[in-house]
Amino acid sequence: MDIAATFFYLFSVLAVASGAMVVVAKNPVHAVLFLILTFFNAAGLFILLGAEFLAMLLVIVYVGAVAVLFLFVVMMLDVDFAELRAGFIKNASVGAIVGAVVLVELAILFGFKGFEIGKAGKIAAAIPSQGSGLSNTEALGRLIYTDYVYFFQGAGLVLLVAMIGAIVLTLRHKEGVRRQSISAQVGRRPEETMEIIKVAPGATIIPSAEGQN
Amino acid sequence: MPTLASLSPALPEIVLAVGAMVLLMIGVFRDDDADNGEFIGGLAIVLLVFAGALIVMQPASSASLFNDAFVVDGFARFMKLLVIIGSIGALLLSFSYLRQVGSLRFEYSVLVVLATVGMLMMVSANDLISLYIGLELQSLALYVLAAFRRDSVRSSEAGLKYFVLGALSSGMLLYGASLTYGFTGSTSFPVIASVATTTDGVLNIGLVFGLVFLLVGLAFKIAAVPFHMWSPDVYEGAPTPVTAFFASAPKMAAMAILVRVLGTAFPQAAEQWQQIIIFVAIASMLLGSFAAIGQTNIKRIMAYSSIAHIGFALVGLAANSQEGTRGVLVYLAIYLVMTLGTFACILAMRRKDEMIEDIDELSGLAQTNLPMAFVMAMLMFSLAGIPPLAGFFAKFYVFAAAVKAGLWPLAIIGVLASVVGAFYYLRIVKLIFIDDAREKFLDVERYTGIVMVLSAIFIIGFILVPGPLIEAAEAAAKSLRF
Repeated sequence: MDIAATFFYLFSVLAVASGAMVVVAKNPVHAVLFLILTFFNAAGLFILLGAEFLAMLLVIVYVGAVAVLFLFVVMMLDVDFAELRAGFIKNASVGAIVGAVVLVELAILFGFKGFEIGKAGKIAAAIPSQGSGLSNTEALGRLIYTDYVYFFQGAGLVLLVAMIGAIVLTLRHKEGVRRQSISAQVGRRPEETMEIIKVAPGATIIPSAEGQN
Repeated sequence: MPTLASLSPALPEIVLAVGAMVLLMIGVFRDDDADNGEFIGGLAIVLLVFAGALIVMQPASSASLFNDAFVVDGFARFMKLLVIIGSIGALLLSFSYLRQVGSLRFEYSVLVVLATVGMLMMVSANDLISLYIGLELQSLALYVLAAFRRDSVRSSEAGLKYFVLGALSSGMLLYGASLTYGFTGSTSFPVIASVATTTDGVLNIGLVFGLVFLLVGLAFKIAAVPFHMWSPDVYEGAPTPVTAFFASAPKMAAMAILVRVLGTAFPQAAEQWQQIIIFVAIASMLLGSFAAIGQTNIKRIMAYSSIAHIGFALVGLAANSQEGTRGVLVYLAIYLVMTLGTFACILAMRRKDEMIEDIDELSGLAQTNLPMAFVMAMLMFSLAGIPPLAGFFAKFYVFAAAVKAGLWPLAIIGVLASVVGAFYYLRIVKLIFIDDAREKFLDVERYTGIVMVLSAIFIIGFILVPGPLIEAAEAAAKSLRF
């Protein structure tokens, strides 16, 4: 067994096991952490396939953004997970049947085709120009910024609209909120804010009203 | 490597997209109040007019960019001008209304401009991906606009309904696109058409499935029966100027892309899509005409009216000929102007800070405001398709094309449906001229009045000089291959 196969089985077993833990973990925070572990293992599998860009994307986007967002939601919102989980046992049989059907389908598929669908010869065609020494990222970048630049920019505009929309529909300026004004802070001068008072020994100081802000 | 000059066919879109971002920056750094909203709105109108001028000045030849994903031809230019006219009209109608309800924020105009960019991208789309990106760009902006009065429950409801159903229809469209891609191996319309022909006359059934799902997604966007359910609720709930926008520009863009997809990507499947279009056209015409009879809210009436009008326009598409396409283009142009004019009238129905939407309140308008009554009655006659007004010629051209293509039953059903539809238009005319007067409306706002007068001039002007529009539509239809 070579080293790639070893890692493949390591990542696969861990991914499946942590995926199962996402479903059965009692504590929702633990479930999200197991989800993150699943993502990491899937990223490892991508690296074994030679798709390092997808692997990094998975880590950055799913772990870095989506899973952390989940974590925030789980911790900040008061979701009653016991209630959500109440139907778990009741629906488990239906889920098991669906799972069994999918399993049988896959078994039949593999029974006919064997494991040859995963063989290197067919996958190699899908990896762009390995021979020319281009990395995934470079190959994608060359396509995105040339052939697909129009779609890329269009998708950027869609995201801009989504951002504007989210702000328009939710941002409300509350009255009486004190905001930081950097220019006002930088523009302060000593004579406006400081007062030098000669204090005679033993005398008391009554601070002026302006000095308080 | 493309040089900057080679991007010139896409200049109007680039100008609008960059302009929208500039407006966003200007708006953010000014005070957040209604005056800022109106200032940015004014700039947005200038920007749209400028983009319209660029489109007019483009050379008459066809050009394609970005590996054939973006195409500019006579058809695209014609439809783009309609889209821009619709956007400008909707913006003109917006300011006084939004100021009155306290929602005149500068993002409104920015979103309208970005939605317009999306529509222009749709009109020029020659590839399934550019179709989808354009469609999403305009839809996303429209969802936000529908919910723009965020303090109003009905507006939020309209936005949410539109969003959920729109997402569903986008899913359908994407499914169709993926099937089409899967069975042809390309997302480019001309390539899809060429692959469909090589299978010696027999169409791949998977491709037909893809076509059907694509049509479902697009039929939702033009609110054609049976995918119209969202439209009365959204029209009623959305702020009235936004409804005016919904009824005008997006319909132009969605009809344009429908014509282009069917004409350039699926000419071999004409037999298949003609059946669908004929059914959708008949169902839209009948439902639009019958369902509006029981309505009293004028915005809902306009929703059903727009469903019916899309049905009439689809009659021209069903003919699958150059003449039919010309009919569709003429129909859309006339419908655009009539809709904008009618919504200007609806926006003029105000009493003491309150918008009136019940048609009974129009009673006796002729005695309180004769000019508005005259314009509104003329628009209603035109919407009903009564000769010699513009609306009659719109219907005439599509029905003539249908008859020429041998679709007699379709034309007859269309005429019958327009007779039924005439009932509710004429009921409004009767209310205005014959019934007793009610309390006077407030004076018509300046911009609303301008839109009203312009639409009236167009409808009368079309009777006297129909030539330019017909010829422009003729030239535009020629640039699509049929």
